[in-house]
Formats: sequence, structure tokens, C-alpha cells
Amino acid sequence: MKTENQKAWFFVLPVLLLVAFNALVPIMTVVNYSVQETFGDNLFFWQGLDWFQQLLNSERFYAALGRQFLFTGIILAIEVPLGILIALSMPRKGIWVPVCLVLMALPMLIPWNVVGAMWNIFALPKIGMLGYFLNDVLGVPYDMTQNPLAAWITIIVMDVWHWTSLVVLLSYAGLVSISDAYYQAARIDGASRWSVFRYIELPKMKSVLTIAILLRFMDSFNIYTEPFVLTGGGPGNSTTLLSIDLVKIALGQFDLGPAAAMSLIYFAITLLVSWVFYSLMTKDDAK
Amino acid sequence: MAEIRLEHLRHSYMPNPQGPDDYALKEVDVTWEDGGAYALLGPSGCGKSTLLNIVSGLLAPSEGRILFDGQDVTGLPPDKRNIAQVFQFPVIYDTMTVRQNLAFPLKNRGVAPARIAERVAEIAAMLEVEDMLDTRAAHLSPDNKQKISMGRGLVRDDVNVVMFDEPLTVIDPHLKWKLRSKLKELHQRVRATMIYVTHDQTEALTFADKVVVMQEGEVVQIGTPVELFERPAHTFVGHFIGSPGMNILPGRVDAGQVMLGDVAVPMAGRVAGDGAVEIGVRPEFVELGDTGLPATVARVSDVGRHAIVEARLGDLTVKAKVEGTPPPAGTDVRLSFRPDRTRAYRDGWNVTEDAA
Repeated sequence: MKTENQKAWFFVLPVLLLVAFNALVPIMTVVNYSVQETFGDNLFFWQGLDWFQQLLNSERFYAALGRQFLFTGIILAIEVPLGILIALSMPRKGIWVPVCLVLMALPMLIPWNVVGAMWNIFALPKIGMLGYFLNDVLGVPYDMTQNPLAAWITIIVMDVWHWTSLVVLLSYAGLVSISDAYYQAARIDGASRWSVFRYIELPKMKSVLTIAILLRFMDSFNIYTEPFVLTGGGPGNSTTLLSIDLVKIALGQFDLGPAAAMSLIYFAITLLVSWVFYSLMTKDDAK
Repeated sequence: MAEIRLEHLRHSYMPNPQGPDDYALKEVDVTWEDGGAYALLGPSGCGKSTLLNIVSGLLAPSEGRILFDGQDVTGLPPDKRNIAQVFQFPVIYDTMTVRQNLAFPLKNRGVAPARIAERVAEIAAMLEVEDMLDTRAAHLSPDNKQKISMGRGLVRDDVNVVMFDEPLTVIDPHLKWKLRSKLKELHQRVRATMIYVTHDQTEALTFADKVVVMQEGEVVQIGTPVELFERPAHTFVGHFIGSPGMNILPGRVDAGQVMLGDVAVPMAGRVAGDGAVEIGVRPEFVELGDTGLPATVARVSDVGRHAIVEARLGDLTVKAKVEGTPPPAGTDVRLSFRPDRTRAYRDGWNVTEDAA
């Protein structure tokens, strides 16, 4: 006979409280705001799903969402292949290994707003080294404060500089776990360099690469600090990503209701896309 | 398929080797005949894997030459030597099916698809893996994975040599003998030159026609399993092969007569030179009877079909393999050594001439 011991619930209680205060309560607060209109003096009026409807019918939201997907798509398309390529060309043994690893880790250690400030100063025309060099030495017109294309290129290059290392380090961890026997067997089997990558290295990197892509997706989809410091969402609205727009609504206009509704939709999209990515990348393992 | 000759091969992992101790391989001269099944047997660290990697081309020797059918291949990379190698841990391509795994070495060499299908079917039949040809290789059990690794080694019918680097290490004991006999059977069918590296004497002796015994970077004896058992050329061979190993007792030669203490030990062969020697005799050839050296039984271990009797002879211990009922501990017995299986060794090497 199995005796049921309800006391076990007490052991779960601390975790339950922790999760409640750190996730459930804040989210429920947002849910609360998203269905009401707020005025000063703590006056709340029931709005139902109005804010959601309004948001889903607004062009401004779709424009920001489009820019967000474009940004994330571009940086993933650059950072993942580039990261793998750098990881493949890094030494596997010897004194250069720690040197490479430290150099790779450096950009990730810099605080996000500092990265934005650095690139702002670096890229400003006349003042910044890059801006001066492009405009006045090479004669290429480049002004990220005026030209939307220049602004886009700058935030993308900045993100690639800041975060490619994450893909590199994770891929590298996958690569060093491959035993020499695999490479020796491949040489004896007459495999080409491409075959070695396709059939040995890529499958062995797959699990870490899945994590790298998921992390890069979530981080870049929720990116705020760096582009905000660098371009402030401009020129115009050209680099106003979803999070920047959200902060504008919430804190700039102090429209807490619409901002809360947007937060929830934002969260749902991030969750959904992450889940789709994860399912696609791991579906082979189940077979 | 080819005859493989190693000439004056030496290898050191150090850039500037000084003495002989710096060499992982001291001086190896071996000829492996075309179509033979060879085992490379020795304890861990004796240089057998180094030797194997030199033959396969994964490692370039410090000195010496490697000849395949008289042609010097010392400078060629592994893919140009046309060899196959099966590693200690199964190497399979996870994302491919078993069929694609087996076809991979042929596909890389541009073999016609029809021929590939034919060879894969043949090898799959030999290895009895036909039912799993279309499953993903990643999901196989370790012994099946190793079978596929072997299959990739055997799929090319024009290889010069197939090498096995302790391939049964990760296999469960009850499957080991199965794969071992499979391998032996495969050798008889494909008749390729095969070199099997192992530190397990049972594997070596059951697989190979000829066993190359190595110790500390040197080849100490090359012979058939029977030769290694009956005529060890070095005390190391006597000690390493056999269970338990050969008795090695301190003795000396006086006027052509080998003495153990004050007693003469008869040997069938003549022993050259006087002075200190070691007397080697396997437990199988020590008899307990009414005549011979007086000794006392110190310990008896029953290992099933026979018993190992440890007898004290002065301060020496002699092991004897006894069929039937062994005398209990404490019994006084007399030991005699079979003269044609008893040998004298000087500096480890046999100095007894073979009596025809």
C-alpha cells in the first residue's frame, strides 16, 4: 500500500513563493493594467480587450514588429555562420587557446549601455574615428544620425561585434568535445573538408548551436539598451525596434494600459517563435 | 591487399630524442605478409598504437621506412595509402543511416552507385546488419556501432590493410567473443591483411595467425600462438602470455649445466655460456610427483577445470597447473620441469638452443 504524505507540499512552498514573487505577480500586474484604463489617484476603469484590439489594428505596432523581425533575422543570418566559421578556425590546442578565448569573451563583458555609447562615439561623423575615416578619408557619405541605412548598418555591426562571440564560444565548446578518432576516421574514409563539417562537426555542434540560436534570438528580439543609446530609435522612427517603441508608450506617453497589452503580445511572440525554433531544431532527435 | 614491411622504424614524440628511453618505438623491423591475420600484443604504453598510427599514416615516423608491396609510402597521408582502420571507440556518422555509413568511404572515392549498393549489401550480409540498414546509426547499441565501424573498414575491397585498434574495449563481455569470431570469419572470407592491436592475450591469440609481442617500444617475439606458448623467446613473452605466466627462477650455468640452487635442471637444448641466467618454465610444464626438487605446497587456487598450486622451493615460489585433485596446502611434494619446455634466459632473452 502506498501511503500518501501531503507534508511534501511544504518542501515545494519556498520555490512556489519565489516563483510567485519573481514571475507570477509581476506578470499578473501587467495583465491587470492591460485590461484597464488608469488615471492618477489610483483610478482604474475596466476596458476589456480594447487595448489589445487597438494595438493589433495600429500600423505603428506592425511597423515596429517588422523592424524587429528584420533586425533579428539579419543578425542571426550573420552571427550564426560567422560564429561557426570563427570557432572552426580557432586553435584546438596550445598556448593560443586561452588568448583566443579571452579575446572572444571581451566584447560580452562590456556593459550594454557602454557598448551603445562606445559605438555612438565611434560612429559619429566628424568626431568618431569610424565616422571621420569613412566620410573624410574614404569619401563615403556616412551619417547614422541622418541616414536610416547608415543607422541600420551601425546597429547591426554593433550587435555582430558584441554578440558573435557567444556563438563562437558555444560552437567551440561543441568542437573541442569531438575526439580525434573522428577526424582520423574521416581522413581514412577519404572525406572532404565539407563532409567533415557536414557529417562530424555540425552534428556534434548541434545541441550547443540550438542553445546559441535560441539565446541570440531572444536577446536580439528583446534588445533595447544598445540601439537606444546608439540611435535613440532614429533617425525618425527608422530604428525604433519593438522594445524602444514599448518604452516610448509606457514611459514617454505614460499609457500604461496599451503598454501592458503590448508587453503581453511581445512576450507571446517571443515565446511562440522560441518554441517553433526549438521544435524545428530538435525534431530529428526524436526519430 | 599488400605485404607490409617496416624497415628500421623508430619514433619519438620528443623533438630532440637523446637516449633510447626517449623513443616510443625503439627499432622495429617487421614484415606482414599479404593476407595474414596479425595481432599486435603488448601492455598499455608499449608503443603498439604508435606503430599502428605510423602504418596508417596518421603519424610520421622519426626514422625508417614503411613499404606496401615494396613501394615506399612513408610520406603519404592516410587517404593515399588505401588502408582502413577501426578505432577503439566506435566512430560512426550520427546523422547518416547505417547504409549511408557503410557507403561513405566508397562514395568519397567516386565509386559507381551500383557497385556501392552491391558492396554495402555484401558487407551488411557478412556483419548480419541487414535489418538495420535504414535506421539512423546514432540509435544503435555500442556493439552494433562497432560492427558498422568495422563494416566501413571492410567495405572497400582494394584496401592494403585493415587495422583494428583495440576494437572490443567498449563491447560487453558476452558480445566480445561473438564479434571476435565474426572478425576471424570475416578475415577468412575477405583475405585482407589485418592487424589487430590489443593488450588482451585471449583476443590476440584467438584472432591472429601470428602475434607480434611488444614491450617498451620493441618487438620481442613474432610467432604463432603455439610458438609463443611453447617457446617464448623472452621472459616478457613467457610472463605476459599465459595465465598464470611463466615461472622465472634465478639460476646459473656451470659447465653447460643449468643449476637451480645445488640441483641440476635438465633441459633438452644446450645452453651457451656460463654465469647467471633465469630459468623459465610455464606452470603447465611443472609436474608434481615422486622425484625432483623438494617443495612445500603453500597455496592452492581452484580455477575450475584445473588448479593452480603455489609451491615453496626454499624462498622461491613455483606455480604449477594441476589437473585432477591437487595436494592440500602444507603437503611436501617434489617438482620436476619438462626438459623440452624449460629454458634459460640471459638479460631476458632465450639462450637455450632448440633441440631439433
